[in-house]
Amino acid sequence: MVTLKVNGKKHEIDADPETPLLWALREHLDLTGTKYGCGIKACGACTVHIDGQAVRSCLLPVSSIDINQEIVTIEGLSDSTNHPVQKAWIALDVPQCGYCQSGVIMAVAALLKSHPNPTDQEIDEAITNICRCGTYNRIRAAIKVIAQGGDPKLAGLSIQHADGSIA
Amino acid sequence: MDNPSRRRFLVNAAAGGLTVAFHIPFTNYAEAEQKSSEVNAWVVVGEDDTVTIRIARSEMGQGTLTGLAQLVAEELECDWSKVITEYPTPGQNLARQRIWGNFSTGGSRGIRESQDYVRRGGAAARLMLMTAASQAWEVPASELTVSKGVITHQQSGRATTFGKVAFAASKLPVPKDIALKDLKDWKVIGKRLARLDTVDKVNGKQRFGVDIKLPGMLNAAIKDCPVFGGKVLRFDDAAIKERKGVRKVVTVGESAVAVIADTWWQAKTALDAMSIEWDFGAHASASSAAFEKTLDNALFAQDAIIGNKQGDALGRIAASAKQLEAVYSYPHQHHATMEPMNAIARYTPERCEVWTPTQNGEAALAAVAEASGLPASRCEVYKMHLGGGFGRRGAIHDWVRQAVKIAQQLPGIPVKLLWSREEDMLHGRFHPITKCRLTAGLDEKGNLTALHMRIAGQSILAGVAPQNIRDGRDPVVFQGLNAGGGEAMIGYSFPHLLIDHAMRNPHVPPGFWRGVNLNQNAIYLECFIDEVAAATKKDPLSLRLALMDRHPQHRAVLQAVADHVRWAQEIPDVNGMKVFRGLAQTHGFGSYVAACAEISITEGGNLVIHRIVAAIDCGHAVNPQQIEAQIEGSFAFGLSAALLGQCTVKNGQMEQSNFHTYPVLKIHQMPKVESIIMPSGGFWGGVGEPTIAVAAPAVLNAIFAATGIRIRRLPIAGQSLKRI
Repeated sequence: MVTLKVNGKKHEIDADPETPLLWALREHLDLTGTKYGCGIKACGACTVHIDGQAVRSCLLPVSSIDINQEIVTIEGLSDSTNHPVQKAWIALDVPQCGYCQSGVIMAVAALLKSHPNPTDQEIDEAITNICRCGTYNRIRAAIKVIAQGGDPKLAGLSIQHADGSIA
Repeated sequence: MDNPSRRRFLVNAAAGGLTVAFHIPFTNYAEAEQKSSEVNAWVVVGEDDTVTIRIARSEMGQGTLTGLAQLVAEELECDWSKVITEYPTPGQNLARQRIWGNFSTGGSRGIRESQDYVRRGGAAARLMLMTAASQAWEVPASELTVSKGVITHQQSGRATTFGKVAFAASKLPVPKDIALKDLKDWKVIGKRLARLDTVDKVNGKQRFGVDIKLPGMLNAAIKDCPVFGGKVLRFDDAAIKERKGVRKVVTVGESAVAVIADTWWQAKTALDAMSIEWDFGAHASASSAAFEKTLDNALFAQDAIIGNKQGDALGRIAASAKQLEAVYSYPHQHHATMEPMNAIARYTPERCEVWTPTQNGEAALAAVAEASGLPASRCEVYKMHLGGGFGRRGAIHDWVRQAVKIAQQLPGIPVKLLWSREEDMLHGRFHPITKCRLTAGLDEKGNLTALHMRIAGQSILAGVAPQNIRDGRDPVVFQGLNAGGGEAMIGYSFPHLLIDHAMRNPHVPPGFWRGVNLNQNAIYLECFIDEVAAATKKDPLSLRLALMDRHPQHRAVLQAVADHVRWAQEIPDVNGMKVFRGLAQTHGFGSYVAACAEISITEGGNLVIHRIVAAIDCGHAVNPQQIEAQIEGSFAFGLSAALLGQCTVKNGQMEQSNFHTYPVLKIHQMPKVESIIMPSGGFWGGVGEPTIAVAAPAVLNAIFAATGIRIRRLPIAGQSLKRI
């Protein structure tokens, strides 16, 4: 048995201690928002927060995580999809297929905590996630929108939302 | 903006995890939803005025759910904020005489090939809803107006909603003669609407195939023979059989071994710990180097099939004052969808069901029927959301067949097969490998009088649909080079032209890879035109425009790009670096596209792409903000291949196994993209693929402008870009 604190709650998990956190989340806790992409920490689809840091979870054995470490997954990032990163992602229609976006959003949320107004170079260095649909330019635009206070109109995309708002 | 999920799912959140409805949801709408009526095949209206639009094509990121819903909603005159979408199943399509038409989602065909009948579906539903209101009020339907799901009878001051008349409408006959709206009256088509499927993609709720969990489900990991065409010789599962969670070890067909366990991680680690001996078969010593020699010979072979011929190109080239020749090549590429291949299969001798992300539900159903040995009427496929498709999940459903073969060995138990990334990389359906020898005849003044393009290499159809090869000819090979026919047409007029193909197929299985054959053909032609311009000291834009005088639509997009970048003017430096430009244009997937790349080469010889300006004439632009997203994504895909992408063979197997050996484009390599959407009307063109093809040639031509170096093979990485 391994105990993990995920999204504010402690969970007992009947998994081999060597099981990577990614698979504990997906297969034992049914938290499937965190994705498997490569299994070698190369793509970032499995990114979660541990004590506020963006961590790739696909090679991280659950046995190496302390019971008191705070693991946050995409499901726990906000109560009602209202984290600033999520709001900007929705406003600018960032995702295409969406598979990589949980990892990207977690990486961006961590970056913006340490660098509220990141330079392009800081974005390049921190956001090394792979997106095969190629949403990179909207990812960058959304980060800048957040850094500048969250008004999606700053991105100039003129996207008409169903509630009548234009981002 | 924070609207809840606007799609209906097979999957419902439930205590203790996820369950998936085993019943097809909308056959029992009246009971399941209690308050919904199927007005016609495309439109279901709830009493709460929710409008469910049925989408036959698969959503894989390209926005087709939203775009197709816009087409239906335009004619339906419903309230867009109340629209949700759902997939009919392939089994239902079969049972209802293919009422939803083709499910195939590839070739950028989703909108352009179904726009007419889905709009008619929306219009028919509107007419039925209005007829129902007119009958209830006993007034002529012609006196009614409709807007945003509200039907009004002005004279009597009465109004009702779609939801209130939907049940009555569902009992009416579906009208046949339907007039579509004049495009000047469009209110939904052409708008920069937000996608319908974004919210769940930012909070983890979106279920992809890989995320589905059925009650009692087991998980399987698989290893197929790493050499295509090889077999399993023997395996020893003694060491892993007693491992916790491991339930069964099975062979799958002749070539694969799978471990089935409680969790996928248990299955995968057990499989990795097993020893498997392979018979690598006939291709055990195949290599890329050897196949390249085959292609080199084919560049001069006599057995070529003609794709486009005007006049006597070979004679004129032989007799010309000057000749110019170059050989280009394009390597195998991997789709590398972020979600590896996966499927859940549940087999009983009576029925076989599969849950899988697929670009073609009908082809998946056929694969299930064939693999299970059951008639298609006893099979069903539930289409799950795709974590990328790019052509990998459309034509060949190899993973579905495997899942069925595994499930057959555990009847009644749903088994989820998930490929590891390594399995996915080794068992791709690769972008075809080709070479091209281009020869130009020039007169004494440097005018291009004749052109020969000899394409040598792999045919996708020969691997995927050999029944479509007629007299040795694969017509898809000539994509972007066709003389006419309205699709993928060459944009230049050459006095004498010969384009021919000597087919040579390696043992590596080919697939439709986003952009298909337009990708390499645009490099071959657009880079060589640039070579001709340089050799004859002509401006690359002026030479192209002069050759395009009979191709005004090709010409218009190129001109638009040139105007946007102010081609004739000097380019200001960026960050102290001199900036150079390259152009490319092509036609494919029904759309005309062009691009200009602006690049610099650093002192160390590194490529920096500052900006791409791209233009597209797709006839009608259904959702411009999503077209921009598709263009940006297309450049990411095309530049990834150009800069980094290459799959190679050694000892019969692919050498690339994961993203460390098959690197793909990341955010730091992504240039700014400015899109010019210039729909000229009169046709419907695709937007998901065509601009991929101009990415590489525009950059390669800019590299030449900067350095004098002609890169004629991909990837660019690893080749010197230091100015000659």
